[in-house]
Amino acid sequence: MTTTLTEPRRPQKATQRERQRHPRRSAHRPNWAGSLAGWLWLAVVAIPLYWALITSLKARSRYYASNPLVPTSDPTLDNYRMVIESDFVRYFVNSVVVTAGAVVPAVVFSFMAAYAIVRGWRMRVLRAVNGLFLMGLAIPLQATVIPVYLIIIKLRLYDSLLALILPSIAFAIPLSVLVLSNFIRDVPKELFDSMRVDGATEWTTLWRLAAPLTRPAIVTVSIFNALTIWNGFLLPLILTQSPERRTLPLALWTFQGQYGVNVPAVLAAVVLTTLPVLVLYAFGRRQLLSGLTAGFSR
Amino acid sequence: MSALTGHPSRREARGILPWLAAPALVVFVGFAVVPLVGVFALSFTTWDGIGAIRLSGLTSWRKVLTNPGLPHALWVTFLVMAVSWAVQTPLSILLGTFLAGRQRYRAVLGVVYFIPLMLSSAAIAIAYKALLDPNFGLGAGLNIHALSQDWLGRPGLAFGVVVFVVSWQFIPFHSLIYQGGVQQIPQSLYEAAQLDGAGRIRQFFSITLPQLKYTVITSSTLMVVGSLTFFDLIFVLTEGGPGDATRVLALDMYKRGFQASLMGPASAIAVILVLLGLSLALLLRRLGGGDAGASQLEGA
Repeated sequence: MTTTLTEPRRPQKATQRERQRHPRRSAHRPNWAGSLAGWLWLAVVAIPLYWALITSLKARSRYYASNPLVPTSDPTLDNYRMVIESDFVRYFVNSVVVTAGAVVPAVVFSFMAAYAIVRGWRMRVLRAVNGLFLMGLAIPLQATVIPVYLIIIKLRLYDSLLALILPSIAFAIPLSVLVLSNFIRDVPKELFDSMRVDGATEWTTLWRLAAPLTRPAIVTVSIFNALTIWNGFLLPLILTQSPERRTLPLALWTFQGQYGVNVPAVLAAVVLTTLPVLVLYAFGRRQLLSGLTAGFSR
Repeated sequence: MSALTGHPSRREARGILPWLAAPALVVFVGFAVVPLVGVFALSFTTWDGIGAIRLSGLTSWRKVLTNPGLPHALWVTFLVMAVSWAVQTPLSILLGTFLAGRQRYRAVLGVVYFIPLMLSSAAIAIAYKALLDPNFGLGAGLNIHALSQDWLGRPGLAFGVVVFVVSWQFIPFHSLIYQGGVQQIPQSLYEAAQLDGAGRIRQFFSITLPQLKYTVITSSTLMVVGSLTFFDLIFVLTEGGPGDATRVLALDMYKRGFQASLMGPASAIAVILVLLGLSLALLLRRLGGGDAGASQLEGA
């Protein structure tokens, strides 16, 4: 983190020098409105995050008396201990199970379907399947939760983690198929032809050729789905009931309902539940961000 | 069925393709298409969520359409949609253009900007609820009277808070889209404008903005259709309150269905939500015109 913070000075100086050399090139002329908005927005984003972090380290008794924007002189992890003792390890495991259990089949199924749609574009069936998935993109799927709830009850899956996994897979499929088929379409046709000449079946071509060549897209789609499902709130809210089945966002909400006035503890819970995602963000920022816009900015 | 005229061995080999699509199709039909049809069907029934489901014709629809709650929820939904669009779009374009610059410090700012994208709506809403608490929040701690109002306790303020938090959460995403859009504009356009003596502001309005047309449509579609599904955030932040000041359609559906056990009317509202989403997506797609943005728009 420190290296990235000290580095940017140099290139900045370079651009200043360039600006003097080519005074008329607008690419290097300052964009005042943009810079102002940029720094203001930094404050808007950073202040709440900073406040949440430093407050979560304050003892409850000190919290009310202290300046909220000054970090405490004797930070404590008591709030975090309280959160962990409130069964958050179990909720964390639940979230991991649901996320992994939904993302892996969602991406594998979507990849197979995307492959079939691209390779079998001449078949009317597959074009119809593609059209169905595209329709799924235009519809707010949250509006279907009441029948989903009914189906889950009929399947006797209510209040289980599987109840969260199945609809999550379904909701993830449309966008995943769209993005993956865009990438499979970019694989040169000659490669498919040479696989066929070698006598490879579609199944081997799928896994030996298409999958390795589109791996970045597969990673991207997996990340996008994982984030969506990890942060999901509505499905756990309506499809589970017992505390043992809570996932992190739902647990956070009930924790706040119980300890609402204990602001440092609530914020410790917020920080703790977002920590895994922030760690991932620190390591794979580029991939995460491209994952978020993959379907839209191509 | 053109496959029939193809080479026999090739036809056999291709026969497997529809089966490859089968797993995705089965799950999608089971948990998205059937529910979609089911929500229409359920809107003609009476069901408390536990007991038996009884057909009851138009009873639920009559109940929903005569209830003053519906026009109110539609109005609030529209307001959230319109105001958050009007706040987010200019800021996202400005920040996207800013981030598209090559100066390194902008990339560093970008690292902070995009953190909200990683957080769950529930976490964001809970943090803001604590931050805005009139007695224990940030404003009270700083002893600034203007900041220590009852933010979530007064209708107008609560609405403003919802729009602010929505913007806080989603402006980064849209800036990201605009950043990509700006970076795709050919540099030669700016060089040509420069030769013609166009200033920076002129360049922005006659090159950047027109070139971003499809990006604006994509981003607006996502904002508008997405705003129909702001459930988590508003539910945790205000629960639709105070009173029903922030009770958007999605929340109305949840409250009637899962809190008041009126699944029939709740399904009718869900149908309205589906039709609204579909028609907005189609409308914006038409505005975009042509096929160029079609595959992106379907990303809605």
